[in-house]
Amino acid sequence: MAAYFFQRLLQMIPTLFGVILLVFLLFNWVGGDPAYVLAGKFSNPEDIANIRRQLGLDQPLYIQFGIFLRQVLTFDYGLSWSTQEPVSHIFLTRLGPSIALLLPMLILETFIGIAIALAVAYVRDSWIDRTLTLTTTAAMSISLLIYIIVGQYFFAFVLGWFPVQGWANHGQSWLRYAVLPILLGLAVSLAPAIRLYRTFILEEMGQDYVRTARAKGLSETRVMLVHVLRNASIPIITNVLSSLPGLLIGAFLLERFFSIPGIGREVIMAVERSDFPVIKAITVSVATATMVFNLLADCAYQWVDPRVKLS
Amino acid sequence: MSERIAYSTKARHEGPKSLASIAWARICRNPLGLFSLGVVGFFLITILASASGLIAQDWDTQYAVSFAPPGLMGAQQEAIPDEVISGTIPPHSGMLDPIEMYGLKDPLQPVLDQLKDQQLQDASLRAQLPILARSPTLFLGADKWGRSVALKVIKGAETSVLVGMASALLATLIGTLLGAFAGYLGSWVDAFIEWLYGVFTAIPYLLLVFAIAAVLQQKGVFTIILILGLTGWTGVYRLIRAEYLKHKVREYVQAAQAIGASDARRMFVHILPNVSHVILVQLSQQVVNFIKAEVILSFLGFGVPVDVVSWGSILNETPNELILGYGWQLMTCGLAMAILVTAFALFTDALRDALDPRMKS
Repeated sequence: MAAYFFQRLLQMIPTLFGVILLVFLLFNWVGGDPAYVLAGKFSNPEDIANIRRQLGLDQPLYIQFGIFLRQVLTFDYGLSWSTQEPVSHIFLTRLGPSIALLLPMLILETFIGIAIALAVAYVRDSWIDRTLTLTTTAAMSISLLIYIIVGQYFFAFVLGWFPVQGWANHGQSWLRYAVLPILLGLAVSLAPAIRLYRTFILEEMGQDYVRTARAKGLSETRVMLVHVLRNASIPIITNVLSSLPGLLIGAFLLERFFSIPGIGREVIMAVERSDFPVIKAITVSVATATMVFNLLADCAYQWVDPRVKLS
Repeated sequence: MSERIAYSTKARHEGPKSLASIAWARICRNPLGLFSLGVVGFFLITILASASGLIAQDWDTQYAVSFAPPGLMGAQQEAIPDEVISGTIPPHSGMLDPIEMYGLKDPLQPVLDQLKDQQLQDASLRAQLPILARSPTLFLGADKWGRSVALKVIKGAETSVLVGMASALLATLIGTLLGAFAGYLGSWVDAFIEWLYGVFTAIPYLLLVFAIAAVLQQKGVFTIILILGLTGWTGVYRLIRAEYLKHKVREYVQAAQAIGASDARRMFVHILPNVSHVILVQLSQQVVNFIKAEVILSFLGFGVPVDVVSWGSILNETPNELILGYGWQLMTCGLAMAILVTAFALFTDALRDALDPRMKS
């Protein structure tokens, strides 16, 4: 296990190097000269030369790449171009609200999703199952944007049950602000989750051990909740684990509509303001997190299911 | 099984059937698939008509009063007074533009000049025509500027669907080529492309799209197609590589090698037709994904330029309209999008069933 872990950790290095190289080429080579972006509309050549010297843009590309590599390794991406706030500080302070939004959402989604998927898998091909399949198909066809626009308008603006936007970091006021975004996020993510978990559970229900369990006289509840669920939870857990970093970005629309100061909203704002250091820092960090969580998911997979051979 | 027997006796008389004709027969037997194909076809015909200028060419004509409600709902109680357009804005009055005083060149100058010319032409045209009375209601309602929502949604569909299809084609082409090379050639080519795949999948898809949108700066339909196509190839690549790994050791490829077919010929003449069903299904699925991605990008303002209307830019206007109490633009656009996306998804399922050689019935 430890050998596998370190081997995978080593394999991450070339991929991470590739991510850094891709981001570097994108921003320093494809994108042209950022000094013109920074200097603004009314600038003179001296300003531009000055900015280029400060950013190290007058150096050859390989030295610039070295500078970027050092920034990644020391997690010191310098200052934001638009707010002069240290980029690492921006990243760390925006991480909290994102997680406070996403973690409850992910936990609720997993548990509700499993419960509904278990129920419909048990009565599969009945009218309930077919109705739910149709409902989830319809629910998935409606754009994420429409859920958020209509939900925010109806529940917050018309009914006034929740604040229209805003955020608080702790306690009761957190609850007040977080409920509506979490519910809307659930409305969007529940349908695909139910469909995925349903196939995982159906796959397990066709296995021989289920027939054995039934043959030795176990109750249906015990077969479903203990035998099937425990085995089906293996792909579910890994699926949830590996989807976590992607969610950081995936929730950007919720964060934008509800003015939640999270990572996703920060990315959108950075793109709007051409704030390259922030985009670079978030891209490299989230990519690293994705790789780490994929590794954790694989390890969790092996830990809960000893049959899985790691190679 | 009975189908297979029927097929083989028939084949003796008519020669072998192509995969396409078998798939078509299968789709015809699937009522849901046929229906979804009909809906997709209806959308495509509408879009073609709009692209060729037959319909919705006048989408930015102000036919009605601001926020005219749909015909069924009746006119607004307190209609917003409609300012009659009397005369036109005087053409460029010789005064120096503020930006020119700095000795800079306004990057928008050519566009503005063009608009001014057009305005002059329009004004001379308008002088010959009677002033169009703005209608108090409109079929499916009007937007803030009194433009028809129905026409706008058709024009928006044109942009969104064409962008979706073009970028799906690009992404599938890249994915297929890379998958073929990696799966067939193996060794260092495979290792390199696998590394590239690892890099592209490590970055969450939308984050990569945002980063490229930030760098490219210039907006345009072609830019979005490029962004979506260059980033979206990973899913197709994964499947095509697996198919090539599977097929390259099959007897028919060995036979092709034995009669002296080159590598390129084996890859693209012998194997490619046998994996084309995977490519076709992926293409169909990618179109839906890219339509959704384009809508989100344009909604955020990173997508189409301001003078192009797409479903995303229409949805961008709707939150403010809702607060004012005008929901028809959101409803029309949302409904059109939901119908197309559902129909396309159902059609993809039907296509997958029809093309899957393992399917019996």
